[in-house]
Parts: sequence; structure tokens; C-alpha cells
Amino acid sequence: MRTDDLVQALVADRATAPPLGTQFAWALAAGLVLSAAGFLLVLGPRPDIGGAVGTIRFDIKIVQVLLLAVTAFTLVLQIGRPTAVHRGRVAALAIAPVLLLLAVGAELMVVPADRWPVRLVGTNSRVCLTAIPLMALPLLAAFLIVLRRGAPASGAVAGAVAGLAASAAAAVLYATHCPDDSPLFVAVWYPIAIGGVTLAGALLGRFLLRW
Amino acid sequence: MSDAGWSDLMRAANAGDAEAYGRLLHAIAAALRAPIRRNLLRAGRSAADVEDVVQEVLLAVHLKRHTWDSERPVGPWVHAIARYKVVDALRRRTGQFDLSIDEFSETLAAEEPEPSVPASEVERHLATLPAGQRTVVQAIAVEGRSIGEAAERLSMTAGAVRVALHRGLAALAKQLGQD
Repeated sequence: MRTDDLVQALVADRATAPPLGTQFAWALAAGLVLSAAGFLLVLGPRPDIGGAVGTIRFDIKIVQVLLLAVTAFTLVLQIGRPTAVHRGRVAALAIAPVLLLLAVGAELMVVPADRWPVRLVGTNSRVCLTAIPLMALPLLAAFLIVLRRGAPASGAVAGAVAGLAASAAAAVLYATHCPDDSPLFVAVWYPIAIGGVTLAGALLGRFLLRW
Repeated sequence: MSDAGWSDLMRAANAGDAEAYGRLLHAIAAALRAPIRRNLLRAGRSAADVEDVVQEVLLAVHLKRHTWDSERPVGPWVHAIARYKVVDALRRRTGQFDLSIDEFSETLAAEEPEPSVPASEVERHLATLPAGQRTVVQAIAVEGRSIGEAAERLSMTAGAVRVALHRGLAALAKQLGQD
């Protein structure tokens, strides 16, 4: 077919998709509603959440996962486009891990060494490792659906970012349930759960996000 | 044509100006032929494939145009689409995964007219589309009919013609990216 002829057909086709940002907003809303519904039905926030909100460890934990979720979602908004991602937004991903490292340092200084293993192992790691990936699923699926309509420069990278944002949002929900607030617990178990979902996103993205 | 010119045409196109959209797609094709040829030859591929890749890029530009951020210039976005499609075309046919290509420079290449021998890949995949989509794409692309004329000739509603055209183009783009 001649290129001139193809252009005639492209010009005649006026069907357009909604802007990517709008699609991601819907994906986030739909995924969050599903995840939150599942969370409230099965786990729910911890019974003593009213008192926990006033404690420094709980507050820092929530701020960390919230920061990770927000910085990862701003990257999701860009990763569906073929053009290079804003470097500042990539660098911003480091904010939450740096904050976590500082909190770990502070915890190691104020808690005696013989108490470290108890804090690290916690009581709820098995729930942490299952609940975060499960609650991330609806969000990851919704992000991947939108990314498939997008044009990511790398399917694996886009899938990984989607997995990171989905599991960070799931971690926010989970953090309100988990009784373990020590930065030592957070620094060991949350990254395993979030890293697993991020890796799954990368593998899925490699196959699903070609265009 | 300058990059600012492309962005203006794209904005006009998104606002419904079909004539501007046609000019933009022609300008993109004319500017990409030289860099696409350079990359194909460098990877040991035939210059005869250039127009196929140009058409693949045009289809992607068309189907992915909602991924352009209208507050940014459209040139880098077009080059990013072209880059992805060139790497993909080379990867599919050479089986190599780690390909470096000449970057599409931000300064636009000399415009080059369409070669006299038509590209064959779109034609080949067109033949495998469902009959409804194929006849609609052919009526509009090859026979140059409008949506209304095609609807009348094929005894379809204009809406059905629009749907078949869009699905046909999306199916073509998908198939081109798969073999």
C-alpha cells in the first residue's frame, strides 16, 4: 500500500482514546476501591488504631509508605509515554527508602541490641507478605490495562513501576492493620513484599506491554 | 518544517482539522525516511524495507497520539515512537536483543518523497483482516472514498464504517508488530 493511501485512512479515522492521565486516574480509583474493599472485609485497620496514630513509629511508617505510593504513582503517570521520564521524578523514589534508613538508624540507637531480633521478626510478617501482594493485584491489573493502551518505551520498566506503585498503595492499607511499627520490621518485610510485586510487574510488562 | 510547526499541526488535528493532520503525517513520513534508512542499512537490512517501517511508525503515531502531552513539543515524542518501532523491527528480523541505533536527531532530517515502489507489509496483513474491516480500509485508503461514500457503497451506516476503519487500523498495527 502507498503511504499516501495509508495517510488517507489515518486521517479519516477520528476515534481517539481519552488522555492517559484521565485513564490512570480511573485505574487508580477502581483499583483502590477493590483493594480497600478486600482490606476492610478481610483484615481491617488494627483495633487500637486510635492510640497508634499518636505514636511516632506508627506515624513514620505511614508517612514512608504514603511517600513511596505517591512518588511511584507520579512515575506511573509518565511511564506510559514513549518519551524519557523526568529525572526528578525518578530521584524522588529514593525519598521513602532514605527516610526508612534514617528511621532504622534511630531505632538501632534507642533500642537495646538484645531487643533488635524481636522487633525485626515482629508478629505479623506472614500476613505482610501475603496481604500486600494480594491487595496490589487489582491496582496492578488496572495500571497494566491502561499501560497497554499507552506507548511505554520499555515494557519491563513500565511494568515494574506499575508493580511498585500498586504494592506501595497496598502497603499503605496494610500498614494501618499491622501491629508491628518498628522500622526494623518495616525495613525487612515491606521491601520483600513490594519487591516481589515489582518484579512480577516487570515480568508481566515485558510480555504484555509491547505495542 | 520546524518542530513548532509540527506541534501546531498536531494541536489543530486534535481539534478536528483533518487537513492539518494529513499534512503532519506526510511531513513526519518525509522527515523519517532518511534516518530510518540509515538505521536499517547499518543493521544490514535492505533499503526496500524502509517504507514498511515508515508506515508502521505512522500507524503507531496515529493509534498512540493520546500519549502525547500537548504541553510539550511533538517532535521528541514522534522520534521516541520512531525509535521504538525501528528497534522493534530490527529485533524481530535479526533476533538480536541488544541493538544500538543511531538516535533520531532533534534537528529534522531533509524531507524525502515517497518511493515509487509501494510498501508491501500493510497490504499483506490487510488481506488477512476480517472482510468487513478489509473492505472499509480499502475503500477509504486505496479508493480514496470518504466515510459517507464508503458507507453508501458498502450499504453500511457511517458509524459502522468508522468502527470498522478504526478496528482495521488497530488490527493492522498489532499484526505488523508481531511478525
